[in-house]
Amino acid sequence: MNARKTVIIVLGLVLAGFSGLSFYRSRRLPEPVVIGPSVTRVEKLSAYFPAIKGSSNDANVYVLEGAKKGGTFLILGGSHPEEPAARLVTWILTENAVLEQGRIFVLNSAGRSATTVTRPGGAYPESYTIKTPWGGQTFRMGDRWANPLDQWPDPEVYIHYPTRQNLAYMDIRNLNRAWPGRRNGTLTEKTCYALTELIDKENVDVVIDLHEAELQYPVISTIVAHEKGLEIAAMASMVLTDEEFKIGMEKSPPELHGLSHREIGDHTKAIPLLFETPEPFLDATRGRTDAKLLLEGKDEFVVRAGKRGLLYEKIDEKGWPIDVRVGRHCSTIIQVLAVWSEDHADKAVAMKNVPKYAEVIQKGTGAFLRDPAKADPKLIYFE
Amino acid sequence: MIITILYYILVAFVVFLMGWNLIKSKKWQEEILYVIVLLPFLLRLLRLK
Repeated sequence: MNARKTVIIVLGLVLAGFSGLSFYRSRRLPEPVVIGPSVTRVEKLSAYFPAIKGSSNDANVYVLEGAKKGGTFLILGGSHPEEPAARLVTWILTENAVLEQGRIFVLNSAGRSATTVTRPGGAYPESYTIKTPWGGQTFRMGDRWANPLDQWPDPEVYIHYPTRQNLAYMDIRNLNRAWPGRRNGTLTEKTCYALTELIDKENVDVVIDLHEAELQYPVISTIVAHEKGLEIAAMASMVLTDEEFKIGMEKSPPELHGLSHREIGDHTKAIPLLFETPEPFLDATRGRTDAKLLLEGKDEFVVRAGKRGLLYEKIDEKGWPIDVRVGRHCSTIIQVLAVWSEDHADKAVAMKNVPKYAEVIQKGTGAFLRDPAKADPKLIYFE
Repeated sequence: MIITILYYILVAFVVFLMGWNLIKSKKWQEEILYVIVLLPFLLRLLRLK
């Protein structure tokens, strides 16, 4: 082997080393959670379905319990980790919420595998940092689909179980296309199966699946509800639109399968609701795809698309900052809890110490994240 | 799981073929091309990306 060839191979190995190290580190970026006063225990999702034990999707399940018995909610963040407002809200809940009645199960990383990868070819940042009074907390960027290192290859066509509906091939790794899950299926299907087991075994009354959406997608700034949850969604939507911000409601399409708002309602006793906030970072016409766009939600190209009538939500130069999106989800959760508790006094869920929309915007999301450096190590868990 | 293992075997085979071609190549342009094309296969084989 001549000297030239050796130099080229060594350069290639150096390149592979640097990029490999970068991917390795970003996949394992620690995300601490300092559990709050109402978290009575932290389970692993595999406690409900041992087949996922030790897998990338064996997520933490934070159990918040009130002194008084009541109903049970399940709140899912990170079904699509590239929608950061959804995950940040679960941090606020697990670190701050005080439950007076009932129980809330919270997953900060429902699709944990998808938090360990970014979109190939998407030029995503590998992480983003939320400013806090104590500096900042960094989170993995994540993607919409599970990491191919955990589930690979994809089929030509994804055939949903049990309906056999044909879906896009990559959605076989999409947690919100694999409900109600399959016992002996792919990792994503097994994860949904584990969550369905959790819903059944813990007698969950209401499931809230937190999301964000591009402005070019018609299902945005809304609560999507199964038939069983239409009254709750309608009432929450009306009150929120009257008192805080405009939010719609939509009925889950009966023939579109694999989604939480359809399958949880069809296959369990629980009522599923899915919340959407606007995230310009996801729009196809966006400009530079960096952490600034992710957190500030400002993009001149998306604004121009809006001026041409191509969007389903308004946007101007102020954009859709992360605090607005997190605040919307916080207030919607609080309102849904209130509506549910008013209609089901015996199964009420009473929660306090979670900020509403205006407070999140005023103080910033970071004001509600706790400093792991100053916390009792026994209270720290990692996502 | 069987299909996943087969895919990793395929990746290893492609890495071997391109590595072999890289060693046998006489043109520097081809050598650089082989190294660049090898990268994603190598990273997948090592389970880094």
